Amino acid sequence: MEVLLFGIAKDIVGKTLYELDDVTDNPKSVLELKQYMVAQFPEFGKLSSLAIAVNSEYAADDVSLKQGDEIAIIPPVSGG
Amino acid sequence: MQAERYNRQLILKDFGPEAQQKLANAAVLVVGAGGLGVPVLTYLNAMGVGTLGIVDNDVVALSNLHRQVIYKESDVGLSKVKTAIGALKAQNASTDFHGYGTFLTKDNALEIIAGYDLVIDATDNFPTRYLINDACVVLKKPFVYGALHGFEGQISVFNYKNGPTYRCLYPTMPKADEVPNCNEHGVLGIVPGIVGNFQALEAIKVLTGVGQVLSGKLLLFNGLGSVFQKIKFSRNPKNTKRIVLEANYDFDCEMPFASISAADFLVLNEKSQLQIIDVRTLAEFQGGHLPNSLHIPLHELVGRAQEINSDAPAYFLCQSGIRSQKAIALLQEQIPTARLIDISGGMNRLKVTI
Repeated sequence: MEVLLFGIAKDIVGKTLYELDDVTDNPKSVLELKQYMVAQFPEFGKLSSLAIAVNSEYAADDVSLKQGDEIAIIPPVSGG
Repeated sequence: MQAERYNRQLILKDFGPEAQQKLANAAVLVVGAGGLGVPVLTYLNAMGVGTLGIVDNDVVALSNLHRQVIYKESDVGLSKVKTAIGALKAQNASTDFHGYGTFLTKDNALEIIAGYDLVIDATDNFPTRYLINDACVVLKKPFVYGALHGFEGQISVFNYKNGPTYRCLYPTMPKADEVPNCNEHGVLGIVPGIVGNFQALEAIKVLTGVGQVLSGKLLLFNGLGSVFQKIKFSRNPKNTKRIVLEANYDFDCEMPFASISAADFLVLNEKSQLQIIDVRTLAEFQGGHLPNSLHIPLHELVGRAQEINSDAPAYFLCQSGIRSQKAIALLQEQIPTARLIDISGGMNRLKVTI
């Protein structure tokens, strides 16, 4: 499972693509993915609004994830 | 003269005189005359939008020039609204300009926005972005959103013909310390140029009805890989029912904080030595700072709060006045007894006043 990272999410993880293939128990929903990311990178815990896209579509917490899904984490950005 | 001036748009298939006339009749409000606002204004003005409103209360800083390409070295220290209107008038004398030398606030937003067909969110902070969203929902106006983070940008059109809003993507405003802005994080000069030009393109499509408007889609741009991606999202009906603004749009809104103008601060600082906390980055601090200031970068502030003498008032200073507010929001919980005062407009204002 691959996760594309944008904005502050990229800065927290330190790269634009994060692979979860070392995890035997991949997250099965968007909510589980968020919890997984917070466990790996506690700084995700302080982001109050975090948009997740699955296969180029905004996904709420209850959306299920499967192998091969294209996932993106898109935090809000404020610069101008 | 106008037929000749806009000839290349008038002869353009799928655009033509009808679309050109719609631009001439349109009134667009650009909130923020910085990295995003400058390219938006330059192109909307060149292409023939009849009325342009500009909201900004900042002055031109030397560190703006690498991306805010309408401003010259000789403009440093001058009002952005006045300087921008001067340059834009020289570019197109037929445009009707309205300058608002103020920040957009919950007290003036509805009144200012009401007179325009379309709003461009070219701001650099979350409180104003959420305020623009909510005011546009209340007034049923579409707005073109653009935002940056380093080499990345986001573009979308919100509240367009019953489409989704900014809150459908990001329901709640991030807290003060969550996401850095360009002053803290840095930005490559060309990136706001690219994002702002996309905003101008979307504005033209909204105004003329030509093409497909980027509504319900978030366009993501990554300058390092030159990659574009589009994310689809839909409307959450509860976000479009709003009829009034929130009571407050400041960061951590429970406790309002004190603030002092740059001029008043300088008078006070002459009389007695004040406790000044400069929360900018090390590089900014080294580039010039007030002689008696204590340097604690914003991201170190919570860990170093004990260095602040809570028996004396503490004056918080940054470059433009946004991080100093964040700093106070952060510390209000930690040292509730301290008197924390924001120096309004930061170093940019102090330099002008000096």
